[in-house]
Amino acid sequence: MSNILNYIWLVPLFPLIGFLINGLGRNFLSKTLVSFIACGALLASFVVSVYFFISVKEGNHELVKLFDFISVGKLSIPFEFQIDALSSLFLLIITGVGFLIHLYSTAYMHEESNAHYARYFAYLNLFVFSMLLLVLGGNYVIMFIGWEGVGLCSYLLIGYWFKNTDYNNAAKKAFIMNRIGDLGFLLAVFWIIQQFGSVSFGEVFANAESKSTAVLTGITLLLFIGATGKSAQIPLYTWLPDAMAGPTPVSALIHAATMVTAGIYMIARSNILYTLAPTTQSVVAVIGLATAIFAATIAIKQNDIKKVLAYSTVSQLGYMFLGLGVGAYTGAVFHVMTHAFFKALLFLGAGSVIHAMHHEQDIRNMGGLRKKLPITHLTFLLGCIAIAGIPPFSGFFSKDEILAAAYEASPVYWIVGVAGAMMTAFYMFRLYATTFLGNFRGTKEQEHHLHESPWAMTVPLIVLAILAVIGGFVGIPKVFAENAHSLEHFLSPIFTQSEELVKKDHALSHSTEYMLMGVSVALALIAILYAVNRYSKKPELQDAEGFGKVLANKWYVDEIYDAIISKPLKAISIFFNNVIEKSGIDGFVNGIGEGVQYASRQLRLLQSGQVGSYILLMVLGMIILMVVQFFIK
Amino acid sequence: MLALLLILIPLITGVAAFFIKNEKSVKTWALVASLATLIVSLWSLMHQDNYHSIFSKEWLPDLGSSFSLGLDGMGRMLTLLTAIAFPVIFIATNKSTYKDSNQFFGLMLLSQAGLMGVFLATDLLLFYFFWELALVPVYFLSSKWGGERRIPVTFKFFIYTFLGSLIMLVGILYVYYINPEKSFSMASLYNYTFGHKAQSILFWMFFLAFAIKMPIFPFHTWQPDTYEQSPTATTMVLSGVMVKMGLFAVVRWLLPLFPEAAHGNDNIVIGLSVVGMIYASCIAMVQDDLKRLVAYSSIAHIGLMCAALFAGNSIGVQGVMVQMFNHGINIIGLWVVVELTERQFGTRKMSELGGIAQKAPALAIMLVIIALANIALPLTNAFVGEFLMFNGLYQFNVWYTVVAGLSIILAAIYTLNMIQKVFYGNTNSITENAVDINWNEKLILAVVVILIFAMGVYPKPMIELTKTSVESLVSAFK
Repeated sequence: MSNILNYIWLVPLFPLIGFLINGLGRNFLSKTLVSFIACGALLASFVVSVYFFISVKEGNHELVKLFDFISVGKLSIPFEFQIDALSSLFLLIITGVGFLIHLYSTAYMHEESNAHYARYFAYLNLFVFSMLLLVLGGNYVIMFIGWEGVGLCSYLLIGYWFKNTDYNNAAKKAFIMNRIGDLGFLLAVFWIIQQFGSVSFGEVFANAESKSTAVLTGITLLLFIGATGKSAQIPLYTWLPDAMAGPTPVSALIHAATMVTAGIYMIARSNILYTLAPTTQSVVAVIGLATAIFAATIAIKQNDIKKVLAYSTVSQLGYMFLGLGVGAYTGAVFHVMTHAFFKALLFLGAGSVIHAMHHEQDIRNMGGLRKKLPITHLTFLLGCIAIAGIPPFSGFFSKDEILAAAYEASPVYWIVGVAGAMMTAFYMFRLYATTFLGNFRGTKEQEHHLHESPWAMTVPLIVLAILAVIGGFVGIPKVFAENAHSLEHFLSPIFTQSEELVKKDHALSHSTEYMLMGVSVALALIAILYAVNRYSKKPELQDAEGFGKVLANKWYVDEIYDAIISKPLKAISIFFNNVIEKSGIDGFVNGIGEGVQYASRQLRLLQSGQVGSYILLMVLGMIILMVVQFFIK
Repeated sequence: MLALLLILIPLITGVAAFFIKNEKSVKTWALVASLATLIVSLWSLMHQDNYHSIFSKEWLPDLGSSFSLGLDGMGRMLTLLTAIAFPVIFIATNKSTYKDSNQFFGLMLLSQAGLMGVFLATDLLLFYFFWELALVPVYFLSSKWGGERRIPVTFKFFIYTFLGSLIMLVGILYVYYINPEKSFSMASLYNYTFGHKAQSILFWMFFLAFAIKMPIFPFHTWQPDTYEQSPTATTMVLSGVMVKMGLFAVVRWLLPLFPEAAHGNDNIVIGLSVVGMIYASCIAMVQDDLKRLVAYSSIAHIGLMCAALFAGNSIGVQGVMVQMFNHGINIIGLWVVVELTERQFGTRKMSELGGIAQKAPALAIMLVIIALANIALPLTNAFVGEFLMFNGLYQFNVWYTVVAGLSIILAAIYTLNMIQKVFYGNTNSITENAVDINWNEKLILAVVVILIFAMGVYPKPMIELTKTSVESLVSAFK
C-alpha cells in the first residue's frame, strides 16, 4: 500500500489553484464565486491536513521528493516536502486559522470592487501557498522559497490599497527589512552547503554533531539574522507595526498568526544545530527577551488599536525566541499555536470594531462598545485574558512553560520575562477598557451606525475564542498531571536529538514551579485590575508627555535608523552618481575622447574625418574579403 | 550545417532588407527572418550530433585560419537566447517607426548574424571578425536612430569598444605569433600552453575588450548613456544579448587560453566586479530615468556573473551559464515595459509618472513579475542563477560574498521604488488617461513571464544543456 503521505503536495496545491483562478479571472468572476473558490481552496487544504495530521499522529512521517530542482555536480537540491509532527502541526494552524480568516475577509472586504476583491483573495491564497511551502520544505532551499514568497505576499497585501503612498512605503519597508534578514539566511545556506555538501534537513542534522562549535555558531547566528527579519525581532522589527497598513484580516493572518512565526518554525526545525551552539542560544534568548520587553513598553502608549496589537505581537514573538534560546523548543512551538489563536482573535476583533466604527482606529474615539458589539466584546475579552496569561486560558500554559524554562536557565530571564508579562496584561486591558468600557466618545453619526458584524465575521471570532480558551489543554504541565502534555509527546520525535544532548539533571521542584506560576499570575491580575479600573473611568485622551512621549514615539527608533542608515546611504549614492561617475570616470574617458577628436580635426585636412565612414568601409571590406575567400576559392 | 544556417539566415536576409523600401514590408521581412532563425535554433537543440553542430571550411589557409563553427552546450544556449530575443524585440517594438527603416532592420539583422558568429566561431580570427560584425551595426543604429544626445554618446561608445577591440586584435595576432602550429583554431590553441610572461600580457589585452563589453566597473560608463540614447530595439539587443558576448568570450577564450594568468589575477577581477555591484546598485537607487535605472541594475548583475566566472568552480560557472540566458530574458522584458510606458506617456522619468496600476493593471502585473525576477525572487528564473553564483563565489571567498550579497538588498530598494513611483500612488495629468496594453503586447510579455517561471521552477533542462561546457571549463581552469 502506498503511503498516503506521498500525496502531501495536495495541501499547497489547492491554494495555488485558487490563486491562479482568482488572479487570472479577476475581471469576470463574481464576488460570490471568488469567495467560494478562495475559501473552498483553504477548506480543502484544511481537510486533507487534518487527514495527514492523524496519519502523523499514528507515527508516520515521510520525505516526499517531487523532482530535481537544482542539481550541479555533487550538489543536489531536490524539490522535497517533509511531513512530520512539526510540519503537520503548522499545517493545521495555517490552513485552519487561514480558513477562518478567509471566511472573515469575505465580509470585511465586501466594499471593494470585483476586480480588487478577487485580487485580494488571490494574494491571500498565494500567501497560504508560500507559507505551506515554507513549512513543508524538506531542505533549506525549499524553505527559503516559501520564506521569500511569504515576504512577497506580505509586501503585496500591506500595499493592497496602492493609491496610498504611506501604505506603499510601509509595504516597501517590510520587504526590504525582510531582505536584510534573507541575506543572513542565504549566507547560512551557503555555509551549510560548504560544510555538509547538502541542504536537506535529514543529512544536515545527522552530521551536525561532527562539526565544530564555531562553525555551527556561525551558521546558526546567520540563520537567526534571517529569523529577526521575518519574525520582527530587534533590530529588524520596525516593519511590523507599519505593516498594519494592510487590511486587518491580513494583519491577523500574516502579521500575527503565521508568517511572523516562520522564524520560530525555522529554529525549531533546526533545533539540533542550535542546541550544539550554546553561544547562539544565549544570543537568541537575550534578543528575544529584549524584544519582548522593549515592544511591551511601546505598546503601553499606543492609541491605534492595531498598533497596540502589533507591538504586542512583536513582544510575544520575543517570548517565543526566549523559549527557543533556553532550549524549550516545545514551549516555543506551543506558544506559536496558542498565540495564533488568541492574536488572530484579537486582530479580527479589532477588525470588527474598525468595521463597526467606519474605519476609525484610534481608541480614544471609541469607548463603551460593549453593549453595541456584544459578540465582538466577549470574544475580545476572552482573547485579552488568554494573552494576559490567566489560567486556565491557553496563553497561561504556553507562556508558563517558556518562563519556567527561562527560570531554569537563569532567574534573571524569568524576572524580566515576568515584568514583560505584567506589562502585557496591563496594555491589553488598557486597550480593552478604553475600547469597550466607559462611555462612547465617537461622533453621533458613528454611534448611529454602530452595529455588530455579520455572521461571516462573528463565526470566526467565536471559533477562535473557543480555541483561545481551551487550546492550552494540549500542554498541561507535569505539576498538574503526569503525562498530560500531549503536545510534548507528539513533538518529541523532532526534538529527541537535542534532548539527548542536554540531559536535564535537575528539573524544577514542584513547589518552585507553583511559586513561579503564582507570582506571574498574581502580578498579571494586579495589572489587569489596575488597568480596567483606571481606563474604564478616565481614558487617556491627551497626547502623552515626558517619558510617555518617548514611548508613544516608539523610542524614536525609526528616526534613528533613518539618520544612521537611510540618509547616509542616499548621500553616498548621490556622491557616486554625481562625483565619481560623472566627473571621475566619465570625465577621464571624455578627456580621451576630446583628445581623439582634436587629433582627428588635424587629420581632417587629409581625410574626411568621419569615424562612421571608416568603420563602414572596414566592415564592408571584411565582408567582401570573407565572401570572396569563402565561396570563390 | 545548422551552425552555418544560424549565421547565414540573418546575414542574407539582413543584406536583402536594405533593398526593401516599404516600411511595413521590411518589418514583416525582419520578423519572418528572425522566426526562421528561431526555428533553426530550436532544431539544433534536438539534433546535437556532430553533423548538425560542426561546420568547417578553408578560409584563409595562408594565415592559418579556417571558417570553423561549432555548437556546444553554451553555444546552443546563447544562440537560442539570440534567436528568441530578435523576434521578441521586433514584435515588441512593432509600433515604433524609423526613418530609412530598410537600413534599420538590415543593420539589426546583420548584428544578429554577428552575434551568432561570435557564439559559434571556433577560430580565433573568425571570432574577431564576427565580434566586429556584431558591434559595428550597433554603432550605426545608435548614432542614426538614437535620442538627442546620440552623437557624443555613440562617440563614447565607439571610443570604448574600438579601444578594446584594437588591443584585442593585437593580442590575437600575438597569440598566432607564439603558437608554434601557426594556427588560430580553437583546438590548436587549447592544446598549447602559453608561457608565464605571454599569459600575463595577453590576459589583460583580451580582458580589457571583454570587460568593456560586459561591462564591469570601471569600464562601464559607455553603457548607461548608450542604453539611454539608443532606440529601444537596439538597447534590447545590447543589454539582452550583446553583453553576453563579453562573458561568453571569457569562457570560450580567456580562461582556457590563459588559465595561469586568470588565477593570478582573480582577486583583481573579482574585486572590481564586487565593487562594481555595490557601486552600480547605489547609483541605480538615485536614477530618475527608467532606462538608466535598468542600465545600472544590469551592471550590478553582470558584475556578479563576472565574479562567479573567475571564482572558477563548477557551481558558480553553472550559475553563470543559467543566468546568461535568464538575464537576457528578464532585461528584454523590462525594456518592453519601459518601451510601452514611454510610447504611451512620452516620458521615462519616474517622477513624472505614477498611478498607472489603476488604469493599466495588466501592464502593472507583468512589470511586477519581471521586476521581481530581476531581483531574483525564488521560483523565478534569476533565483536559480544567482543562488548558484553566490554559492560559487562563497566557495571562493566568504567576504566577497558578504559584500556582493548587500546588492540583493539594494536591488530590492531600487526595484520597489521604481514599481511604486511608476505604478502605485495617484495618477497625475500625464497618466490619468492611461490605457492598458492590448492583446499582442500582453502576448509578448506573457512569453517572457512564462519563460521566467518555467526556468525558475524547473531549471534542469537548462542546467543539463550547459553542463558539459561547465565541466570542460572548470577542468581547463584547474
